[in-house]
Amino acid sequence: MAYVMRSSPSVQSGSLAPHSSASSVSSSASSSSYILRLGALNSQRSGRLSITRRAIGTANRRTRKPHGVSASTSELVAEKPSIKNALAITREEGLILYEDMVLGRSFEDMCAQMYYRGKMFGFVHLYNGQEAVSTGFVKCLKPEDYVCSTYRDHVHALSKGVPARAVMSELFGKATGICRGQGGSMHMFSKEHGLLGGFAFIGEGIPVATGAAFKTKYEREVLKNDKADAVTVAFFGDGTCNNGQFFECLNMAALWKLPIIFVVENNLWAIGMSHYRATSVPEIWKKGPAFGMPGIHVDGMDVLKVREVALEAVARARRGDGPTLVECETYRFRGHSLADPDELRKPAEKAHYAARDPIIALKKYLLESGLVDETDLRSIDKKIDEIVEDAVEFADASPLPPRSQLLENVFADPKGFGIGPDGKYRCEDPAFTAGTAQV
Amino acid sequence: MRAPPSTVRASKLVTNAVAVKSETASIAATKSGHELLLFEALREGLEEEMERDPRVCVLGEDVGHYGGSYKVTKGLAEKFGDLRVLDTPIAENSFTGMAVGAAMTGLRPIVEGMNMGFLLLAYNQISNNCGMLHYTSGGQFTIPVVIRGPGGVGRQLGAEHSQRLESYFQSVPGLQMVACSTPYNAKGLMKAAIRSENPVILCEHVLLYNLKERIPDEEYVCCLERAELVRPGKDVTILTYSRMRHHVLQAAKSLINKGYDPEIIDIISLKPFDLHTIGNSIKKTHKVLIVEECMRTGGIGASLRASIMDNFWDYLDAPIMCLSSQDVPTPYAGTLEEATVVQPPQIVKAIKQLCG
Repeated sequence: MAYVMRSSPSVQSGSLAPHSSASSVSSSASSSSYILRLGALNSQRSGRLSITRRAIGTANRRTRKPHGVSASTSELVAEKPSIKNALAITREEGLILYEDMVLGRSFEDMCAQMYYRGKMFGFVHLYNGQEAVSTGFVKCLKPEDYVCSTYRDHVHALSKGVPARAVMSELFGKATGICRGQGGSMHMFSKEHGLLGGFAFIGEGIPVATGAAFKTKYEREVLKNDKADAVTVAFFGDGTCNNGQFFECLNMAALWKLPIIFVVENNLWAIGMSHYRATSVPEIWKKGPAFGMPGIHVDGMDVLKVREVALEAVARARRGDGPTLVECETYRFRGHSLADPDELRKPAEKAHYAARDPIIALKKYLLESGLVDETDLRSIDKKIDEIVEDAVEFADASPLPPRSQLLENVFADPKGFGIGPDGKYRCEDPAFTAGTAQV
Repeated sequence: MRAPPSTVRASKLVTNAVAVKSETASIAATKSGHELLLFEALREGLEEEMERDPRVCVLGEDVGHYGGSYKVTKGLAEKFGDLRVLDTPIAENSFTGMAVGAAMTGLRPIVEGMNMGFLLLAYNQISNNCGMLHYTSGGQFTIPVVIRGPGGVGRQLGAEHSQRLESYFQSVPGLQMVACSTPYNAKGLMKAAIRSENPVILCEHVLLYNLKERIPDEEYVCCLERAELVRPGKDVTILTYSRMRHHVLQAAKSLINKGYDPEIIDIISLKPFDLHTIGNSIKKTHKVLIVEECMRTGGIGASLRASIMDNFWDYLDAPIMCLSSQDVPTPYAGTLEEATVVQPPQIVKAIKQLCG
């Protein structure tokens, strides 16, 4: 098991950048502990796994030093006897994880291409670098489980099973998109796959996810369906963790023991705002215990570690033990969106995380553990290339939404447009179905 | 059209709520009906729908054990349990969002704002999620939530508890909004709102909860999109809603004595407007007075005026008059508060001005 507790800014200060000691901390402090942890991936090394204490909010764990007190790396990192194949996955599981992450990466790279070619518009937020979080969590879920995302939702949609064609089409604004072209990049929804959105404002998806978890509880306890055990995973970022809705939902989820997992994709940056400049207590996992749920901190660049945490959190939720807060340390390789020049982040920080590319790490693990060979991975790469190409072709060939689509879907019951002067419901007016009526 | 009262069977739903005074009287004559207060009518409607459909649930502050600040949910938690009548922490934005998520995944929640003003905190969820999700999801998810609560100017409750927020919500695409004004339409609209697949805001008024009326014993549901013809007439059309309906009726007594014959319509549906009922009236009277409690700027009356001009310009003999409340935060002092809201003498004066 290898969860890394990121040291607080005051513990070590690097000298990479004079004005941003925070970002230098994450590179210098983390690099030392990550060298230790990379050993876990490489089974040919001594196999000594170094872990920190898992940050679970149980009252009897009083072994942490208070915030602000400096500590050496060895105190932070407690060694555990090695367990061979502690992160054992089967070949099939390994291939599924690899394929999902490669799909996410290739798809997002294609999005960038399509955007610069003028096929996709508006605000597009790409997930490159964070694939381990989506794959790690979503591949633990059942089809009936729910995922709730933010504007950085393409890869969550793909991991949850939404066809690449439908996502690409949506991005092109075509009628065959998963939301008929009406949602766009930031509003991916799929009822069939349990994807509850796609939200442009940060934080506003968390209550929706909480509601889906509430529905599971309601189904069990009011509707007396004991087979109801759908779990909801809410993904959101570090910036959201300073927003009221985050805290309000942590409270309600713990209060009613809702089957929800709050997954923080902490990539350290909210557009150009560093997490450390915005947050009084940057360790987000610590906020879980404050509300009565475990707070876990995991290396979000390592899909096996994320998966391990995810399996436990999902099992916990499914058996009715309530919510978990998981902070994934991750990084986005591109800017906040395709419109972001990404000038504030230091090259050294980017290089540090590029060296921890989750796909390369998993590939290395799979090959070195002998679970797969090069040809397996190459054939997956090829398959994904074909899927993404096909998605683009499909999206290109799809029709744009016709004018008649404009007024559909405003109301589930179109009587909501009211009664016109002639006494008939407006939705019965032919101009309405043509999309030319003024409502 | 509704079947004549004598043939109304207990199982038949009365869906047309154009309650002309004479028809209401005949209901009372043929069936005994029962008398109750408006908040009890709301509760009756709520209880009936909760019995009918186990997915219907209520959430809000103090709705459960406390029975609701205005007793609309009194006794329901004991009957249906703490999960179906959920006492929430004080987190409007989040519990409204929770209702949206629950609705998307299959429940039919009713969110009670202890005061409509508190729902300002939930505006993010109401506008972005309630209003938009059905559209941005390409029609995949429905949001059958009802958002209800008391609003309007009360008795010296202070500015923040005396807000008139109908206008704030009216522009949000994807929402329907209705205002109840009598026990009859309160129960009917509550039931209709719960059964609707659309998100509906049900505006109640703090000062109307203790209004008493005799309502039918048999089940009925009002139409969310239809206005109510309160009093037929031929001189002038008075359009109103919520508490102002009663101020208009009070003014009408004086007007009728003076020989005027106003047609009074309670618009009920604040969004969308029932242009059929309104239009038919204007075609008859050619003069319109709107009496509302909303602020003048960007209010319901402002929208209604625009709508009437767009559709019935040729039928108007005079500019549309609109009496709205003052664009001031509701003062605490009783005299100032009274001056904020439209009072019956002002209505009488306006009609005299309009009709000569």
